[in-house]
Amino acid sequence: MSSTAPWVEKYRPNTIDQVVYQDEVVQALKKALESSNLPHLLFYGPPGTGKTSTILAIAKQLFGPELYRSRVLELNASDERGIEVIRTKVKTFAQASVGMQSVANKAGYPCPPFKLIVLDEADSMTKDAQAALRRTMETYSKVTRFCIVCNYVSRIIEPLVSRCAKFRFKALEPTLLRKRLSEVAEKEQVKVTNDALDRIVDVSEGDMRRALTVLQSATRTFGKEIKPNHVDETAAVVPDQEIEDLLNACIDVSDKKDMFKAMQKQCAQIVRRGHSAVQVVSQLNNHIISSKNLTNVQKARIALEFGNVDKCLTDGADEYLQLLSLSSHILRIKAELDPKATGSSNEDAMSVDDD
Amino acid sequence: MVLLVDKYRPKSFDKMDIHKDMSQQLKNIVNTGDFPHLLFYGPSGAGKKTRVMALLKEVYGVKAEKTKLENKEIKVGSQLSKSITVTTLSSPCHIEINPSDSGNYDRYVIGTLLKEIAQSAPLDQSAERNFKVVIINEVDLLSREAQQALRRTMEKYVKTCRLVLMATSISKILSPIKSRCLCIRVPAPTSEEISTVLQKVAKQEVFNLPKAFCDEISEKSEGNLRRALLMLEASKAEKYPFTAGQKARLPEWERFIADIAKEIMEDQSPKRLLEIREKYYQLITNCIPPELILQKLANYLIVVVDYDVKHQVSHWSAFYEHRLKCGSRPIFHLEAFTAKIMSVYKRYVKLLSFVNNL
Repeated sequence: MSSTAPWVEKYRPNTIDQVVYQDEVVQALKKALESSNLPHLLFYGPPGTGKTSTILAIAKQLFGPELYRSRVLELNASDERGIEVIRTKVKTFAQASVGMQSVANKAGYPCPPFKLIVLDEADSMTKDAQAALRRTMETYSKVTRFCIVCNYVSRIIEPLVSRCAKFRFKALEPTLLRKRLSEVAEKEQVKVTNDALDRIVDVSEGDMRRALTVLQSATRTFGKEIKPNHVDETAAVVPDQEIEDLLNACIDVSDKKDMFKAMQKQCAQIVRRGHSAVQVVSQLNNHIISSKNLTNVQKARIALEFGNVDKCLTDGADEYLQLLSLSSHILRIKAELDPKATGSSNEDAMSVDDD
Repeated sequence: MVLLVDKYRPKSFDKMDIHKDMSQQLKNIVNTGDFPHLLFYGPSGAGKKTRVMALLKEVYGVKAEKTKLENKEIKVGSQLSKSITVTTLSSPCHIEINPSDSGNYDRYVIGTLLKEIAQSAPLDQSAERNFKVVIINEVDLLSREAQQALRRTMEKYVKTCRLVLMATSISKILSPIKSRCLCIRVPAPTSEEISTVLQKVAKQEVFNLPKAFCDEISEKSEGNLRRALLMLEASKAEKYPFTAGQKARLPEWERFIADIAKEIMEDQSPKRLLEIREKYYQLITNCIPPELILQKLANYLIVVVDYDVKHQVSHWSAFYEHRLKCGSRPIFHLEAFTAKIMSVYKRYVKLLSFVNNL
């Protein structure tokens, strides 16, 4: 089984010192550790930045493996966390008083006289469930500390936020990601080319978990030598060349007769290759922003369409039709607002916006 | 009689003609003795299911082919008072379910059925693979709650079962699920690849397939191998030996939609709209998904109209398809789309004649 254990778990930091990049957070928490006292905590930040790892490391350092089970309650989004559970399970756990500390002290852990409840991915909890927590947090604060972990602090109700010490986790720097990745690759005896490493760092956008998962999946599929195209395949990223082709078809307005057909063909091809439209749209957006063939006004108009299409896709609309509509809009905007074109040819009343 | 599609479905990785690299990779994954949860995605007819079955065979041997259909009762609802029947296809080492069929109750199907399967270890303890495989179809159609339920199950029962998920698109799958699976993209075969397969089948069936006709079929198949083979068989039943000018036979409903497109172009009037409505009803009662009707219709329309209208068609088809998904009565949106296109087209024709008269 060890060969199949996710590397994310295998290389999870065990002590708080191993948590990288979140200096302020680590410093503050270390102080708290020394005095073996903790406030209620609220961790927030983008995924894969070490929020859960940090709190788990703290818990381990505080209680040690023996008492960990009886002192720490971990609830994440996949557990039932409705108001009922808060009222019964969480409350019962919070109420219980803690036993003597002598056993643990021998093992060299500080083992402070309180329990820890970790509410992971708390932004998916209902408002009611959060509201039910308020009083519980205060009443049992002598024996229980809460740690709320979430991506968006705005989804946590204000009364809960004001009861906690807030810590923000920053997205990881590319250089750090890269360093860690090459360490892991070395330990796992995987050869990763420099380009491939850059690509992983690129696609993971500061998310350590995503980076490691991509690396591991690539190793499983393609063996011990990883190249950039392997990364694209496992990370479900569309190869740059295909996006480039689509964009070129969208902004090539030289041949008025066949340009729509060429564009339509590219759209159909991308969908046929099984790429996810959401991914295509987000990558296409990046390319358009940096494109030199479009003016700022054109880009702004296109951006509006991007917003529209993204909303439709989230609602579950058909991928091909949405992609076609988006490309068609880009084509039209390019043709209409082209500074080089002599005399705009599309000034008729056919503009969609008029309707 | 067996359909060509079933007769020539490759049973193992060695016999596959398309995506040979992928077959090799899958073999590599399985050869280590264990495999992670898998998520296959790609357009229909690309060979997702075929690959999964070959994978099972590679892992378990012939045992995986002895399948039987089974109906299971599952209690649903908040009080578990109602019960529904779910059809499963199972062999001693795997079980295949289609939870999205159960509509709103998919959460319970995932919850109870999967738990039941996962908790019971396979009887044959001496077997070298002590885990079962659960194949879940159409994961992208599962509700959000069902996907959340899946997430927990995946972690909890990883020792006794492996999930193989299938989807046409991964856009609608929650990212926590994606990150727990090894995602495998199965792209549609190219037209050339389809042609090769068609020729191979024709050779084994001992009939003559002219190259031009073969290419036409693979062009019209839209990268769907199953569709290509069905079309070949239908055309053959219609007329054989193939003549030079013979057209590949499209499915009935597609020709029907092509007719609708033609009618829209011929006349734009309330009377015509009423006639077309009848046709929409016919299509819908024949279980053609409304999204598909709209998509095909848009495709036919785009081919025939001028550039300016092409843009309009693509815009409005996307617009009304989105509405159709959010709404509950597909016929309204199909009609609205038709009316819109009629009005756009009529206006365009008027404008054109106006400009020409100047």
